[in-house]
Amino acid sequence: MPWEYPDKRGRFKTYGGIYIPEVLMPAVIELEKAYDAAKKDPTFQEELSRWLSEYAGRPTPLTYCPNLSEDLGLRLYLKREDLAHTGAHKINNTLGQALLAKRMGKTRIIAETGAGQHGVATATAAAALGLECEIYMGTEDMERQRINVYRMRLLGAKVTPVSSGSKTLKDAINEALRDWTATVESTFYVLGSVLGPHPYPMMVRDFQSVIGREAKEQILQREGRLPDSIVACVGGGSNAMGIFHAFLEDEGVDLVGVEAGGEGIDTGRHAARFQGGREGVLHGTYTYILQDGDGQILPTHSISAGLDYPAVGPEHALLREISRARYGYATDEEALSAFHLLSEREGIIPALESAHALAWLVAHSEEFEREDVVIVNLSGRGDKDVESVARREGALP
Amino acid sequence: MPVSRIKDAFRRLEERKERALIAYLTLGDPDPAASLELLTCLAEEVDLLELGIPFSDPIADGPTIQAAMERALSAGMTTEESFQIAKGLRAGGVEIPLIFMTYYNIVLQYGVERFVERCASTGVDGLLVSDLPVEESEALKEVCERHGVDLIFLIAPTTSEERMEEIVSRAGGFIYLVSLLGVTGERERLQERALEMVEKALRHTGSLPLVVGFGISKREHVEAIVRAGAQGVVVGSAFVRLVEEHGREACSELRRLARDLKEGTRGP
Repeated sequence: MPWEYPDKRGRFKTYGGIYIPEVLMPAVIELEKAYDAAKKDPTFQEELSRWLSEYAGRPTPLTYCPNLSEDLGLRLYLKREDLAHTGAHKINNTLGQALLAKRMGKTRIIAETGAGQHGVATATAAAALGLECEIYMGTEDMERQRINVYRMRLLGAKVTPVSSGSKTLKDAINEALRDWTATVESTFYVLGSVLGPHPYPMMVRDFQSVIGREAKEQILQREGRLPDSIVACVGGGSNAMGIFHAFLEDEGVDLVGVEAGGEGIDTGRHAARFQGGREGVLHGTYTYILQDGDGQILPTHSISAGLDYPAVGPEHALLREISRARYGYATDEEALSAFHLLSEREGIIPALESAHALAWLVAHSEEFEREDVVIVNLSGRGDKDVESVARREGALP
Repeated sequence: MPVSRIKDAFRRLEERKERALIAYLTLGDPDPAASLELLTCLAEEVDLLELGIPFSDPIADGPTIQAAMERALSAGMTTEESFQIAKGLRAGGVEIPLIFMTYYNIVLQYGVERFVERCASTGVDGLLVSDLPVEESEALKEVCERHGVDLIFLIAPTTSEERMEEIVSRAGGFIYLVSLLGVTGERERLQERALEMVEKALRHTGSLPLVVGFGISKREHVEAIVRAGAQGVVVGSAFVRLVEEHGREACSELRRLARDLKEGTRGP
């Protein structure tokens, strides 16, 4: 069955939609039109492809892992988004949106960032394409990710601290939206995940879907068949949607999204929306959200800043509802073990976000047979996390 | 169905050749009990009250109202308590229209039907949801009509005239014109564009009153808006700041500001 979501109103069945102040409505409608036109324009698509290959280093490899395959009793491949320029899949989306911003005649781009990966990827695209750039970041995250703050500034971006609310990603999005409300005529908001009002969840998914298209071609070449399972971590869920999308119609391929289990679901200190959340509206979209009885958004926790967010992309909510994908979680401890495991066994240091996907596979390896082909989306590299993990383990002061 | 209290209020103002002063305060700020007292006091000086139910992530609000919402939530404010305050105002003899302003998740989690029904039964006349554009408002609109609660919509400087027509055709109570590009909050000067916006909007609002808000905090702003032909103004952050500064003792300061602004609505 062809995958035809979202509909014209930005709905993934009941999920998604457009819940934003009237000031932003015309901008979102303009964006939808501009994106629609760009999507159909071969010149735009060629330009994007050229940037993705010459600048971002695509296609990224699909790497077979001989040692972990042996350990886990399955055939494990990694889709190496960690090898894309700036060290994560985020660049696929920021190049796409920055090119679109230019096409629309906008001179300034803004973005939110949690861990800093999306901020760095946005600042990078802005530098390369000659756009003014401002990044909103929670003060709590700025403290946790000091190197990325410096990196963004090095790339010529202005980094604006956000000290309201929980001082993390959700508050950075609030502030970026407030900026956009005031500057909508000159400014393009580069949203970093499959979240927010329509057309963002669709547009970000489309820009990230290059991951799955490549992976499909690569696995067919390597194994002569489709994979049995694909596993990806889910914060907002853009790397997961990116790798899932090309396989949605291949119903034999099992799709697994892994949320951040934090200190455990029972403790309440986690970011697993499908475990402890319910439907509601946050940041422009109707989806699963961690909230209290009144609808106040709850603080979240994860060792990985990139998964530390109270809402999940609306398309994931639909995939779960119709059982096209299933969603599990990995705790902080499990993700840390996987971080070590991949480093030691394969010589690849994963981002803590991506380590959640591997951790889920380790915990569920008994479900798989020796001949089962599993792709884990290695959405980012772990360099940004080395310092904080070392400190946590007492290896650094 | 009885005549809407909002419609009636604008009609009576018209007879007196006055424009409406609508004051906004965040419900539960600085705490639920004090909030009821302050609103009771302010109600004596203004024509309508707009009551903000706090939300943890108010994307349309500037720093002053954000801080008020944080104060209210830390003081234990809830959606249920918001209805209690409305009920308390009515029990205390407040007769001016009351409008709830909030974000959609608050309405959704209380239950759309239950929320609107409670508005009607506690004496809340209108509802304005900051992050609910007309495109997504159908379900809420239907419920509001059934319970006689006016669903109020915003128009912004970015709203095209075609869109204005669409919004006006669905709106109840009055049309709320956002005077600037940006979030709520006090500004030193009124944007010139605001006055042009009023003129443009008046061509589309038909029989619905047009009120102007965001960035209006001084009597001179009020006078300029009234001169441009609007039927009312909304002042929020300037009142909220007085609560921030004076807490539960803010009554006399609120009155003083309200009286000054009210003078501005009586026209030249």
